[in-house]
Amino acid sequence: MARAVTNNRKALNTAIAWSIGLLIFFPILWTILTSFKTEAQAISNPPVFLFFDWTLENYAVVQERSNYMRFLWNSVFIAGGSTVLGLIIAVPAAWSMAFVPSKRTKDILLWMLSTKMLPAVGVLYPIYLLFIKLGLLDTRIGLTIVLMLINLPIIVWMLYTYFKEIPGEILEAARMDGASLSKEIIYVLTPMAIPGIASTLLLNFILAWNEAFWTLNLTAAKAAPLTAFIASYSSPEGLFYAKLSAASTMAIAPILIMGWFSQKQLVRGLTFGAVK
Amino acid sequence: MIYTVSRLMGACAVAALSTAAAAETLTIATVNNGDMIRMQGYTDDFTEKTGHTVEWVTLEENVLRQRVTTDISTKGGAFDIMTIGMYETPIWGANGWLVPLDGLSAEYNVDDILPAMRGGLSHDGTLYAAPFYGESSMVMYRTDLMEAAGMEMPKAPTWDFIREAAAAMTDRDNEINGICLRGKAGWGEGGAFITVTANSFGARWFDEDWNAQFDQPEWANALKFFVGMMEESGPPGYATNGFNENLSLFQQGKCGMWIDATVAASFVTNPDDSTVADKVGFALAPDTGLGKRSNWLWAWALAIPAGTQKADAAKEFIEWATSTGYIELVAANEGWANVPPGARQSLYDNPEYQKVPFAQMTLDSINAANPNEPTVKPVPYVGVQFVAIPEFAGIATEVSQEFSAVYAGQQSVEEALEKAQALTNDAMEAAGYR
Repeated sequence: MARAVTNNRKALNTAIAWSIGLLIFFPILWTILTSFKTEAQAISNPPVFLFFDWTLENYAVVQERSNYMRFLWNSVFIAGGSTVLGLIIAVPAAWSMAFVPSKRTKDILLWMLSTKMLPAVGVLYPIYLLFIKLGLLDTRIGLTIVLMLINLPIIVWMLYTYFKEIPGEILEAARMDGASLSKEIIYVLTPMAIPGIASTLLLNFILAWNEAFWTLNLTAAKAAPLTAFIASYSSPEGLFYAKLSAASTMAIAPILIMGWFSQKQLVRGLTFGAVK
Repeated sequence: MIYTVSRLMGACAVAALSTAAAAETLTIATVNNGDMIRMQGYTDDFTEKTGHTVEWVTLEENVLRQRVTTDISTKGGAFDIMTIGMYETPIWGANGWLVPLDGLSAEYNVDDILPAMRGGLSHDGTLYAAPFYGESSMVMYRTDLMEAAGMEMPKAPTWDFIREAAAAMTDRDNEINGICLRGKAGWGEGGAFITVTANSFGARWFDEDWNAQFDQPEWANALKFFVGMMEESGPPGYATNGFNENLSLFQQGKCGMWIDATVAASFVTNPDDSTVADKVGFALAPDTGLGKRSNWLWAWALAIPAGTQKADAAKEFIEWATSTGYIELVAANEGWANVPPGARQSLYDNPEYQKVPFAQMTLDSINAANPNEPTVKPVPYVGVQFVAIPEFAGIATEVSQEFSAVYAGQQSVEEALEKAQALTNDAMEAAGYR
């Protein structure tokens, strides 16, 4: 009897989980479906779900109108570069805060996080002027630095949380065996924190990939990533929903595929240390 | 002979070098709409003629506005040409942010630009942006539903006629709304529509001393009329409908009338997208007999920011894109119905273009709008559906949010007008106008 209740509960939990999952995924599914419709089908009321004449015309138009590969490469460079650069800075920072804390460590962590509370538009003009002076406007390097700085507090916080779970004694033992600081971080700490570092890397890559304020405001033609690619298909005067959906699908496809293949790593990292 | 040949070869080499040196790559910021996208497809023609190449940055209208404002106000130089509207041009021209478009070639024939467009894109008599296409607003209506209602649309209807016709065409059982209008918050969406409606009722945003006028009876009359008519004959949830939502409704045969941008005429008469393409008639925007029609005036225009290092090449591009030659190029390849409208008188003098069903009505609508005298009483500002001051976008967005709350049934007309009056006066005082 008890087993039957457990099975029922399991089935219920599974059903709830699937329902929530589908609910969250539905806008993406709808975007993908719309990308295969004509503009007239895209706005038809009642909406058509699956039974329509599927067309690749929108993808052909988008391909013809925009240099997708250039936008994609910019996104990969900027998201990848800012994440790697962020990790290089954040790993030692999180190490010092986790294993050699001072009385100000907590304050510093909070202060770092508080920078995320500032509305981005509040510092648009100072950063824009700085970019003009430094010749960084519409460059991938400039955008990589900005996105790294924006995401750095989150990277440090996440790594700090993971590092706190690692017993300090292991690092002490490495030190007693004569390991230098760099070797201690690279050969002892990093391998133990791989799940945490991997999930931090993935999450920050996704955040940088989706960032749409700085990537739109600090670029023009050369360094514009996929967020600008999507924005170029949005219009308040004209119905281009099918083409916009095709552009959106092309923009999210790489990150969707990456997320699908790395979901185990991502979940393991995000729940790392959650249950003791 | 040898001397002559060597001189000729030398001259050719110099010419080739100078052409190569003068060839520039222009970065152009533009909006995503049919005419602009079409222009991108013809860029090769410009490159062939001048040697200059073009890189396009296409953005959604509001994103573009924010993006180019940041760049031009900091003299960032990220763009060599910007696509801007009638609202920005006189303000930015006055600030010295734009390169004056003087010294245009005789072949360009600047006098051919429609006077309303030229006036709206100038400051102190100097042209700062060349219109790529212009638009006004007009009534688009279903000829079959009008006939079924036993009514006939006059060329220049009144608001009372429109309300009566809307009620007669409404068929709730078959999801047909007599009239579809913008109610969406935003200065360029519902804000623009209610402003031109109010103009035709004799209302104005400010008196000559920049005092807000929402406490005057004209505004209450206009807003009450609009809300009453939409409750009788408008679609449900019209408080969130903008251009695209109404276009979608009209194309699906769910609106008897739609008053909106003249560029919509080509969409609703296109049989590929519209189910009612062969049943659409046009009329001037309505009035109340006070001498002002409720139509706006707008142009998407090309301007050169003062921060660019390539002003000469940019001017060459603007001459190419806004010339009669470009119009002829599009007409030859895609037909007269697809040329950018509303910018040049010669287009409307062309017998081929006169065959386009909405051509004359578009011209009449553009000519019926006067940015210098937008309403019945005198005003201290320029602009029909906007007030050409930097503070307007922020103020009008807030005011339109208050009005949208009325359309959604969240507050009364009186409450909204009271709030609009207070917030407008506060903002104008803070900005030093009062």
